Formats: sequence, C-alpha cells, structure tokens
Amino acid sequence: MTKIAKNITKEDVQYIASLSRVHLQGDEVERLTKDLENILGYVHKLEKLDVRAVEPTSHVLPIHSVYREDEVRPSLQQAQATALAVEAHNGFFKVPKVI
Amino acid sequence: MNINQLTAHEILGLIETKKASPREVHDSVLRQIQATDKEVHAYVRVHDAAVGAGEAGAPPVPIPVAIKDNICVTGVETTCCSRILKGFKPPYDATVIRKLKKSGAVFVGTTNMDEFAFGSSTENSCYGPTRNPWDRSRVPGGSSGGSAAAVAGHEAIWALGSDTGGSIRQPAAFCGVVGLKPTYGRVSRYGLIAFASSLDQIGPITKDVTDAALLLGIIAGYDDYDSTSADVPVPDYTKALVNDVKGLKIGIPKEYFVEGIDPQVKQAVAAAIDVLKKCGAAFEEVSLPHTEYAIATYYIVATAEASSNLARYDGVRYGLRRQPKEERKSPLIDMYEETRDAGFGNEAKRRIMLGTYSLSSGYYDDYYLKGLKVRTLIKQDFDNVFRKCDAILTPTAPTTAFKIGEKADDPLSMYLSDVYTISANLSGIPAISVPCGFSQEGLPIGLQILAKPFAEETLFRIGYTYEQNTPWHKKRVSL
Amino acid sequence: MNQTTLQKYETVIGLEVHLQLNTRTKIFCGCANVFGKDANTQTCPVCLGLPGTLPVLNRKALEYAVKIALALNCKVNTFVKFDRKNYYYPDLPKGYQISQYDKPIAHDGHVLVTMADGTVKKIGVKRAHLEEDAGKLIHDERANASLVDYNRTGTPLMEIVSDPDLRSPLEAYEYLQALKLTLQYLDVSDCDMEKGSLRCDANISTRELGNNQLGTKAEVKNLNSFKAVRAALEFEEKRQRDVLASGGRIVQETRLWDEAKAITAPMRSKEEAHDYRYFPEPDLVPFVIEEGAIAAVRGAIPELPRQKLERFIKEYGLCEYDGNIIVADPDIAAFFEACAGIYRDTKKICNWLNGPLLQELNARKTGLKDIRITPEDLVAIIRKVDENVLSNLAAKDTLKFVLESGKSVETVVQEKGLAQVSDSGALEGIVEEVIRANGNVVQQIRDGKESAVGFLVGQAMRRTQGKANPKMIGEIIKKQLSVQ
Repeated sequence: MTKIAKNITKEDVQYIASLSRVHLQGDEVERLTKDLENILGYVHKLEKLDVRAVEPTSHVLPIHSVYREDEVRPSLQQAQATALAVEAHNGFFKVPKVI
Repeated sequence: MNINQLTAHEILGLIETKKASPREVHDSVLRQIQATDKEVHAYVRVHDAAVGAGEAGAPPVPIPVAIKDNICVTGVETTCCSRILKGFKPPYDATVIRKLKKSGAVFVGTTNMDEFAFGSSTENSCYGPTRNPWDRSRVPGGSSGGSAAAVAGHEAIWALGSDTGGSIRQPAAFCGVVGLKPTYGRVSRYGLIAFASSLDQIGPITKDVTDAALLLGIIAGYDDYDSTSADVPVPDYTKALVNDVKGLKIGIPKEYFVEGIDPQVKQAVAAAIDVLKKCGAAFEEVSLPHTEYAIATYYIVATAEASSNLARYDGVRYGLRRQPKEERKSPLIDMYEETRDAGFGNEAKRRIMLGTYSLSSGYYDDYYLKGLKVRTLIKQDFDNVFRKCDAILTPTAPTTAFKIGEKADDPLSMYLSDVYTISANLSGIPAISVPCGFSQEGLPIGLQILAKPFAEETLFRIGYTYEQNTPWHKKRVSL
Repeated sequence: MNQTTLQKYETVIGLEVHLQLNTRTKIFCGCANVFGKDANTQTCPVCLGLPGTLPVLNRKALEYAVKIALALNCKVNTFVKFDRKNYYYPDLPKGYQISQYDKPIAHDGHVLVTMADGTVKKIGVKRAHLEEDAGKLIHDERANASLVDYNRTGTPLMEIVSDPDLRSPLEAYEYLQALKLTLQYLDVSDCDMEKGSLRCDANISTRELGNNQLGTKAEVKNLNSFKAVRAALEFEEKRQRDVLASGGRIVQETRLWDEAKAITAPMRSKEEAHDYRYFPEPDLVPFVIEEGAIAAVRGAIPELPRQKLERFIKEYGLCEYDGNIIVADPDIAAFFEACAGIYRDTKKICNWLNGPLLQELNARKTGLKDIRITPEDLVAIIRKVDENVLSNLAAKDTLKFVLESGKSVETVVQEKGLAQVSDSGALEGIVEEVIRANGNVVQQIRDGKESAVGFLVGQAMRRTQGKANPKMIGEIIKKQLSVQ
C-alpha cells in the first residue's frame, strides 16, 4: 500500500515555499509546518483505501474533443495590453533583469 | 415591506404592471446598502448607477444583482479579495456577465469573499470579514459570504456566487437564502477567476427557488470560450416550478447523519423530510460509502489545482509587485517571492503550499493521483444512488453560522465544516440549499438537495414544493 | 587526443526539435499567429493568461500535429490529453505551460536519413507532442531590466524528440536536414531557424565502444542554425572525450553554445532542481482522435521526399545524386515533374535544373516560387539546343534573360539575337576566311594533327560572336579541307 511521508519538516516547507515562489518570513515557516502536518495527518486517512484498480477522474463530465476553428479574433491594442502592466516600457512589460 | 425585500419574480411583476420602476428598485437597494452595509460589509465595491443599468429599450430582467469579487466585469476592479490583485481591472466580461448585461441586469456592486474563495467564513478577505445579517457576531459562511449576506440583508435582489466545495450553498444556509451550485459545465467558467478549475461553478444566490430557476436560466449554457462547458440545451427552468413531488424517490445517506451534526440541524432536516413525505415523495436510506474520504480528497485535488492557478500572480503583468531592498537569490526571483509573500494571505499560502506539495516529485502518486482515484469512487457512490433515486437530501452544513474568529486559528476544523457540500463538487452534480428553519438562537438552517448531472429541474421541483408547504423562505431579517 | 582514444569512444546524440506550426491563429486563442509585429500587439486576455480566461484548442493545430506524426511514421494516440508544466518565468504568463506529458499525440516513429557516406539510417522518433510557445524576453542593459513581448505566447509548437540514435555531429546534421525537408513538404511550418520557427536542443553523451549503457548527458542549447548544432556537438564531443580520457567524469548539466567563441559553457544558474509538477490540464477536455480523422489526414499528406526520391529513380531513371538535389526543394521537384511530363530526356532536365537554374537561384538568393519561369519555358530552351537553334552558351543566356524579363523564350531568343547561325551558305564563307587566315594550322591538320581542327572552330565561332553551331562549323571545315 501507499507509504506516505511520516512527517513534514521545516526543510520540506522551505523547499515547497521556494517551489511556490513564496518567501516565508518570521514565524511563517513554523506555523505552516504545523498546519501542513495537521492537514496531511488528516489526509493520511486515504491510506486505508486500495485504489490500485481505480481510474483517476480529472474531468467529471464525459465531454471530449472540444475545438475552436482556426479563425482570427481581434487582439488587444498594445496600449490595452500594457495598461495592465505593473511597469511598462515602449510597449513591453518590464521586469527585473532576468540574467 | 420595502421593495428591496421582495424577490426578483415579485419585482418583475410590479415592473410589468407599472407599480414599480427599475430605478426605484435600484434606489431602494442602494439605500439599504447605505444604511446597513457599514455593519454587514457584504460589499467591497458599490457601483454608481452607471454599470450595466438597463435603460435601453425594455430590458426583460432589470434586476439589481450583486457579483462576487472573482467574476470579471470589464473595467471594474476585480480582486478575489486579495492584495495581490489590487487594482486589476479586466478588459473583458465573464460570460455570465455578458449574459446578465444582455438580460438588462443592473450591477449593484462587488461582494466580499474569502481570498480566492479559500474559506468557509468570508473572514479570509483582504478587506476584512462580512457579518451575518441574522447575527452580526457571526460569519455569513463562505466563500460567497458577501453575496449571501447582500441578498439576506436586502442589499441586492439576487447575486452570483461561485462554489468549489460549498461556497454558494453553505453561506446560503447560514444566511437563510437559496443557493444553487449547478452541474459542472452547466454555466461557463470563462471570466471566473479560478480556484480549482475542475470543481468551480458559478451559481445563483436568491431569496427563493423561483428566483434561482430564473437566474440560472439567464446564466446557463454552452460557451465556446469554455471547453469544459456542456453543450446541453438549457430548458425553461420555471416549468419545473410545480408543487408536486409525487412519485419522486429521495435518498437519505446514512453517512451524513453521524457525529458532528448539530441536533437542531438534524431535527430541522428530519422535519423537512416529513413535509416532503406528506407531499408524496418516497424516502429511502441510501449509502455513500466513501463520504469519510471526501474532505481529504477535496483538499488534495482543489489545492493542487489552486497552486497552479495562482502561479500567474507573480508581479509581472498586473496586480501587486514588491521588490526587496536586499538581493537574496536574484532580482527576478526575489521579486516573485516578495510579491507573493506580501500579496497572499495565510490561507492562500497554506493552500498553495499544500497543493504544491501534493504535486511535487515523489509525492504525486501518493497524494494528487490518489486523490483523483478516490474522486472516482466518490462519484461512483452517487452514480449508484441515482440509479434508484431521483434526488438525495442532506443538511447543507453540520452547524448553523459560527462566531467570527471561532475557527480562524484552526484551518482543519474549518475544512471539516464543508463535509456535506464538497462531494457534489467532486462528482460534478448539481445541489441546492434552501432554508428549512431556524435554531433556537434564531439562526437559519439549510436543507441540501442533490440530483444527477443536468437534473437541476428536479432540484427546483423539490425545492419549490418544499417552499410552497413551509414558511421559511418568506422570513426576512430585520435590519 | 590520439587515435586510440578516438577509437575507444562512441558519441550518442538525441535531438529535441521545437517546430512552430503555421496555423492562422494561436493554439488556444484567436490571436493571429504572425511573426515580426510590434511588441504586444498580438495578444488577448487568453494568451496573456489574465485571471479567469480559458484555453480552447485550435482544431487546425491538432490536425497539423497528426499530420506531422504520420509523416514521421509515428503511432498516433487516439486518446490525447494536455497537462500543465509548472514553472515560473516572465515569458510564461500563466506560471505554467500547457503541454503534453503522458498522452502525447504521437510516439515511436522514425525518419530515414541518407548519411554523408550514402548509407541510409533509421533514426527513431521517441515522441512528438503539442504545446504552447512562450513569449520573448529582451534584455535591456541600459535599464538594467528585462522586457517581455507576449506576441509569441501561444504559438502552436510541436516538440519532436528523437531517440538517442545519432552517433556523430554529422549524423545529427543530416537528421535535421532530412527532418526539416519532410516538414517543409507538409507545409505546416516555415521551418526557419533564423525566425525561430524551428529550434533545436541537443543531448549528447559519450560511452566506451561496446558499452550499451548511456553515458551521462549534457544538454546543449542556444543553437541557432544547423551548422551551429553540428559545431557545438563537435566541440562537445571532443570535450567529453577529453574529460573521460583524462579520467574525469561528465556532469549532467545544460550547456550553452557560444557562437562567437565557438565553445559550449555551463549555463550560469542559481536555480534549484526542476520539479515541473505536471498534472492533467483541467481547463481542457481530452481529445479523441477517431480513426476516420487520422485516415483523412493521412490522405491529405503529400508525397514525402523519400518516397518522391524513390519514385523519381524508378519512374524517371534518375541517379541517386540528381534525385537528392531535386527532391531537396519541393518546388524544384514539382518543376522537374512538370518538365518530365512534356520532355522525355530527364537527365537533360536534371542537368539544367541542378546546374544553370540552381546557379541562377543561388545568385539571386531566391526560391523557384519567386521567379518567372515555367516548366514549358525550360523545356523550350532545351528543345532549342536539341534543334541546334541555340548553342549551350546562348541557351544559358536565354535562361537568364527569361528570368530577368519574364518574357517568353521565343521573344528573348529573337530580341537578343541568340539564335545560332545555321545558314550553311553564310557559314561556308566564314570558314573559307578562317582557313585562308590560318595556313599553318591547316598544314598541321593535314600533317595529321586532327585536334587542331578545334582551333579553327574556335576562330569561326569568334567571327560569329558565338552564334554559330560549332558542330556544323567542324563539319564544314572538314569538308572544305578534304576538297582542297
């Protein structure tokens, strides 16, 4: 049967935070470790179930093969698109330097 | 009774017979908001008369509607009550908004919610909590608590909410109004800011079942901007509003009436069963054997999808951006991490972390994949029951509205309060909550009816019959 | 590195090719799929990943993907789904890329590649899947910032992953050529590396000969041309062998090709290990590709280069060399066939196509589509040579003038006076003059030096400014000399 990690450690939480791109500050690491431990502890009740022969459900409805035709719809104007931007420059979205 | 305390179908009758004008209706709603919203705090934004006001021609349904803060309206700030989306004004309408505009709807304002719909109390909002109009020391439920409180508090005639695990039905129950989660795919999700894409549905919050049928008729239907919407014709739901349940077979799941349920809730539901029995419905005990796994499954599946859906809030294109003073990793990564730390509240962080964990390498099979498989079992439970029953009847929530702050420090106990509602989302079926009485403290209790996919008409028929034979839907809170 | 080291090792290469499909619109929204427009003018709420928006698959993109899959001899999955690949980068608006993980469109195909030594090798195609392209980042040094253009976001991309079947940088190069040619025949992409519509990353590892285990691989990126792929792999091959030969170990890493320095170097990275957290895309339903739809796409696939080559060899008696040059350009292949339909000697057509015509195209840096010549024109020129109306030289000039003016062959020959002087009366006179003027050469011929006839022919040609038929002149010279 499924073996589930016994405990979630602070290091796990730090790793997950960095995967999630959240910088945890102060006592957040500690609190989240405790919260996740509780919640995952509850989730472990699923261990009781043997689901090896069960198909996963990603979509509840039996809908498939929904397309759009290859027809052009109007785009936004450059100004409309960049109006949303936190910072824009000459029609571009500006971000902190990547390299 | 003030006009804003009436239902939409009553108001439409008055407008038709020229006894009231759309303008008067809107004004009475605005007056109510002015008088009581400081205390209730159902709204995070109230529009001036300009937004969507149906002046041109003779709009068919010029009813003032409140919109949850996660449904996009062109040019109107839409934030999911999160700091991270502050200032975001979508350049597009959600499909439901487009349909409402066509119907002549009057947009009153944007209602409060738990941040990104993460919660069952509307306490997790960056704008502060909404209060239950029936008892302002209590929560209105959540996450569509603002919409439910607005309708219950006469600050809107009806409202739209969204329901991922009970976020329409539970606040409807707590606030003594009707809340419907339609079949997954019945209403387009285009323009609904996603929490968990495979579970989210927009639905009506109204004062009675008739209004729910009317509002669903306006917003339902296939949308070529949402591939997960179902290409199934939308019936005239008002035809299902008949005072007759003879011949209907209703299942009572034994797993729903065990530990944790408030005796007063249990009693109210038992009384409701008696009413419907007298009206001719047949009842039968049924079993949904995987019920005990529903919450665990839900929190795996929903948070995994949420962790991915919320990845786009990264400070690059819109909303909040923060840059720490000192470089930690790199200017870009620092910006991401600082923005997301400052922009998301505690519950959002918890869910993002939980979801990321269950999708991450080494844990996927034991968590996310397992969740999807148990989801199959839960769905099969319902399929089995619906082979012999037309509907299932349960309480909407195990308790009445709890005190503000009561569960704020215990996320797990908050999650457990969704026990009756989340299975409908996991299995995609429609479910409605209708008022079925009050506790000794005067707090509303909700009755949940569930049916098979696309059988909303069955819900309306049972709900309507129940209303015709009980007084609860006519109770109005006095503010 | 000495010879024994060279013989001791084997290079193993696999290539990942990303191909932008030339559908009219993007893969998940209705924005036009065009290149080279002003920044952020081809975007909409969907491809900008604005909250609440949803993807809807472009039917054409899936059709093109199936077309590619079939052309690469792949098995097409009848049940296809999309997955989210989660990672953060400013050019990725949703924080995830919609891609395909465990149910790609296609798997287990192959490409037949004629290698430089003439052998034909079967290179496996492990899988091919559909995904969305990301935006473009520009680094603004002055502003100490990066700028993002989302026009490219959502361009349909087909990722084609080869098996590690390639054994040298040259084989990798030949595979890319063959793959690109097949894709060009399908007309599903520009296949233009300069525009980025075809991109390639390479995985390369080294192992001792006879060892069947794969060595630790390096992923090489920033390859902007087929030549760069080859050069980077050659560098990397040598680097890895040097490391191993000196007792070192290869590190699994991503290396960037530096075109200017002609080296690969490890990508500077502070990033943690990738954990893409793939999961089924809940916003898109699965796709069932019916057998009938596959058959319809199969029916619409044109004859592919390898089939065409085989048929040309069989049907028109071409040699492999000529055939390869002709099928290397689908337009030229079509032109050839049109010519062959109205003119029997296919060798002559090949010589004209592969010689003068290709030279003209290369000189003009253009393709056959963009110039003004029909198969009828070319055959008319060849016929005029056959009929002794044009000399070879004049025929080449005729071709050039036809290309320049777009006028008919007949008109060009007339206007430019390119026709040969075949009037034997006129030629007799010229030959007489030449014989008179070159007494000593005539004497040499009489003494038995037959080859000196050529000199006289040349002299006569000069006097006619090249318009005479040299064969006729030769005959007249011989006739006149024997008479005398």
